[in-house]
Amino acid sequence: MSVGTDSRTAKWIVNGLLVAGTVLTLLPLAWMLSASFMQPGEASHTPPPLLPAHATLANYRELFLRAGMGRYLLNSFLIAGAITLASLAFNLSAGYAFAKLRFAGRDRLFQIVLAALLVPLQVAMMPLFLLMKWLHLINSYGGVIVPALATALGIYLVRQYARSIPTDLIDAARIDGAGEWTIFLRIVLPLLRPMIVTLAVLTFLASWNDFMWPLIVLSDQAWQTAPVALAGLSREHVQDNELMMAGSVVTILPVLLLFLLLQRQYLQGLLLGSVKG
Amino acid sequence: MSTQRAAWTFVAPALFVLGVFLVLPACAALLLSLTDFDIYALASSDNLRFVGLGNYRDVLTTPLFWKALANTVWFVALALPLSLATSLGAALLLNSPLARFKGLHRTALFAPVVTTVVAVAIIWRYLFHTRYGLINHALGFIGISPVDWLGDPHWAMPALVLFAVWKNFGYNMIILLAGLQAIPQDLYEAARIDGASRWRRFWHITLPGLRPVLLLVAVITLAGYFQLFAEPYVMTRGDPLQSTVSVLYLMYEEGFRWWNLGRACAIAFLLFALILVVTRVLLRFVRARDETV
Repeated sequence: MSVGTDSRTAKWIVNGLLVAGTVLTLLPLAWMLSASFMQPGEASHTPPPLLPAHATLANYRELFLRAGMGRYLLNSFLIAGAITLASLAFNLSAGYAFAKLRFAGRDRLFQIVLAALLVPLQVAMMPLFLLMKWLHLINSYGGVIVPALATALGIYLVRQYARSIPTDLIDAARIDGAGEWTIFLRIVLPLLRPMIVTLAVLTFLASWNDFMWPLIVLSDQAWQTAPVALAGLSREHVQDNELMMAGSVVTILPVLLLFLLLQRQYLQGLLLGSVKG
Repeated sequence: MSTQRAAWTFVAPALFVLGVFLVLPACAALLLSLTDFDIYALASSDNLRFVGLGNYRDVLTTPLFWKALANTVWFVALALPLSLATSLGAALLLNSPLARFKGLHRTALFAPVVTTVVAVAIIWRYLFHTRYGLINHALGFIGISPVDWLGDPHWAMPALVLFAVWKNFGYNMIILLAGLQAIPQDLYEAARIDGASRWRRFWHITLPGLRPVLLLVAVITLAGYFQLFAEPYVMTRGDPLQSTVSVLYLMYEEGFRWWNLGRACAIAFLLFALILVVTRVLLRFVRARDETV
């Protein structure tokens, strides 16, 4: 039957293209992993080898013992972790208040938050640098953490989500004599849980991967995050491809694992965030 | 009354941070762009002078600014359509009822989006290597002689484009996939019954249905690609022959390498004025076409 063979061919084409796309997409990452286990100089051959002849951990040893990658990864973990926790606190309380509490000037203030969504970060960078210098926060974790403590997008996402919380629930608690903080911590936060996870993953990944601002604020190597240090190392070690691949592996691995673990929440957040336009 | 006070303590910390570390600096940038703030002013504010639109005049008469602008526009012109086409293609494949292991493919195709741009730029710098790179090796199989990707002024920007498409297409793929799933299935059923071919169904149902999402995705991607920075910073340092200097790269060099913060602010405002104008024109163009249809 022509219809049957037609749909079988279509099935082959669709799945063939998908597999080809997936292989092509993953190939650079797979090659990075493979080359990170190669002997120094091994990757610089024609034709380029796909797998290490004798797998070695030498590059990782060099990376942590000589290039100080452990310190940079720790910096990244502390900065991204602090930003995630603190910005959750700031954005959740503000987003909830904008959604559920009545106060003078609420709607006008929220309009300003929406307008802040449109402010390009790069425009603010030069004065922000001067402000940070004045606050003595250059070359410190604070220089990266403080400006990221609250985001317009975070407040917006929490507000949209918190609007679905039944007002009756909050009013009932109030009649029972619960204070506003108790209501927020005991009743609202548990209901916001899916949003909290989503926001946490989005924030952690964005802060871990952030490059331009940490590059500007953290010129002193001791405080640099993994991406900034890696960019510096890659300029020093242009020839040491295997070493640099190991550096890329340890920089990417934490965020890739986090994404794989919390994929559903992350993609959900991405869809919510993109609707802001 | 106490609700009022509680509400203010809830919003005040976030508003303080946004105000002091985002809105205030953005406004200050406008003032800064009207001064000759440089390394001497960094040492002492006595050396600061008001120069009016002098920075803008300087920037607009600097050949490197126009070169950076042309480079950036070239990057956007190549990367935007290529990214959208790749994202749409991947989303269509993932949405096909014939596709198997959808979750697995979706995860794999999205993976580059969550990776750190610096780290993957280092991988691609190596993949593009003239002699040892896998890309030239693969091209060799189909008889194409080695291209000096990152060393040839004609090829350096297209190389960055390929890298950017690989890194970013998964993001729009997810949004377009959600858009595809929102198109009512009965439209396709009706068209099939009417005997419409696969291509006609795509052209008359899928594309019109995706229009708002495609427009949204195009605007987000356009604004993002105009802010090209980390890719040239890691892969080419603006070379060869300044063929990969982007506007933002120029701003970074002006501001944080030469400490001409006034000029850097002027460059930043020019860039964002341009982004604003281009997105406006795009939206108006699309709306105008909607009205004539």
